[in-house]
Amino acid sequence: MIVPLGHVFLLAGLIFSMGLVCLVAHRNLIMTLIGVEVMMNAAAIAFVAAALRWQLMEGQVFVLFILAVAAAEVSVGLALVVSVYRRTGSIDPDRYNILKW
Amino acid sequence: MTLYTVIFYLLAIVILTATGLAITRRQPVHAVLYLIVAFLGTAALFFLLGAPLLAAFVAIVYAGAIMVLFLFVIMMFQRFPLEPGLLPQWGPAALLGVVFLAVAVAMVSKDPGSGIVLQGAVVQPRDFGHFLFDRYWLAVEIVSILLLVSLVAIIQLGKRRGAGDDEAERRVNPVRNSSGALNPAGIVLKSNSAAEQRSIISNEVKEGQ
Repeated sequence: MIVPLGHVFLLAGLIFSMGLVCLVAHRNLIMTLIGVEVMMNAAAIAFVAAALRWQLMEGQVFVLFILAVAAAEVSVGLALVVSVYRRTGSIDPDRYNILKW
Repeated sequence: MTLYTVIFYLLAIVILTATGLAITRRQPVHAVLYLIVAFLGTAALFFLLGAPLLAAFVAIVYAGAIMVLFLFVIMMFQRFPLEPGLLPQWGPAALLGVVFLAVAVAMVSKDPGSGIVLQGAVVQPRDFGHFLFDRYWLAVEIVSILLLVSLVAIIQLGKRRGAGDDEAERRVNPVRNSSGALNPAGIVLKSNSAAEQRSIISNEVKEGQ
């Protein structure tokens, strides 16, 4: 009725690889966190498609948990970014080369 | 090709374009704004795939709360440091993404089950809630503990130690060095220095008398 399952998985794979590139390529901690968000979004799309394919509700339940984990991860990550910016004045991960300061 | 198919491909184009624009921005504010478009498209996709409650959650939590949190944190930086133009690691990163995507495409195209056409079905929010709290109530509790732990971590990270900024820490450090003790608590050291000053003043007063 809608589309083949493979097309939804290809969409999720494309979004995931975009998130991977964003995570690796940027030298800015906020863009890194955005990359992780994009990857979690791709995983959620794959879960919902699988839930529709096998007509099981577990896939949607796990998307709910992915949402909660993403919220926790982003809030702790942003708090770490703010804390480390307050100490060093930079959000470039290459600049963090001393352990105690 | 039904109407649902057309809607799916339109949403896929919107999501891919918005995500692609978001990950290539140098200015994180622009990236976050493009990402809001991508998440709203994802919410519509969830609605299409029969998960209306999750569509509402994605619109509220992802596109609403998390992205606003990003914007608030970006606003907290004065003089936001921008990256220099095109970074040299874009080449290897793109190569990594293309290899990953090639493997994913090969796996999906080899799988005989990937050609199965999805049948439309909708999970009502009422059924979803009953199912969730019937079978996965323990996981819901664990997730709530996870959120509590992250809240505690954020409070601990965001708490300014002592007077807070770097100048205050620099002012505390000489006191720590002069005292020579291995006492890391800044408050105790400060009260000690204050007590020393008070004793000096009282000595002076005594000498004056």
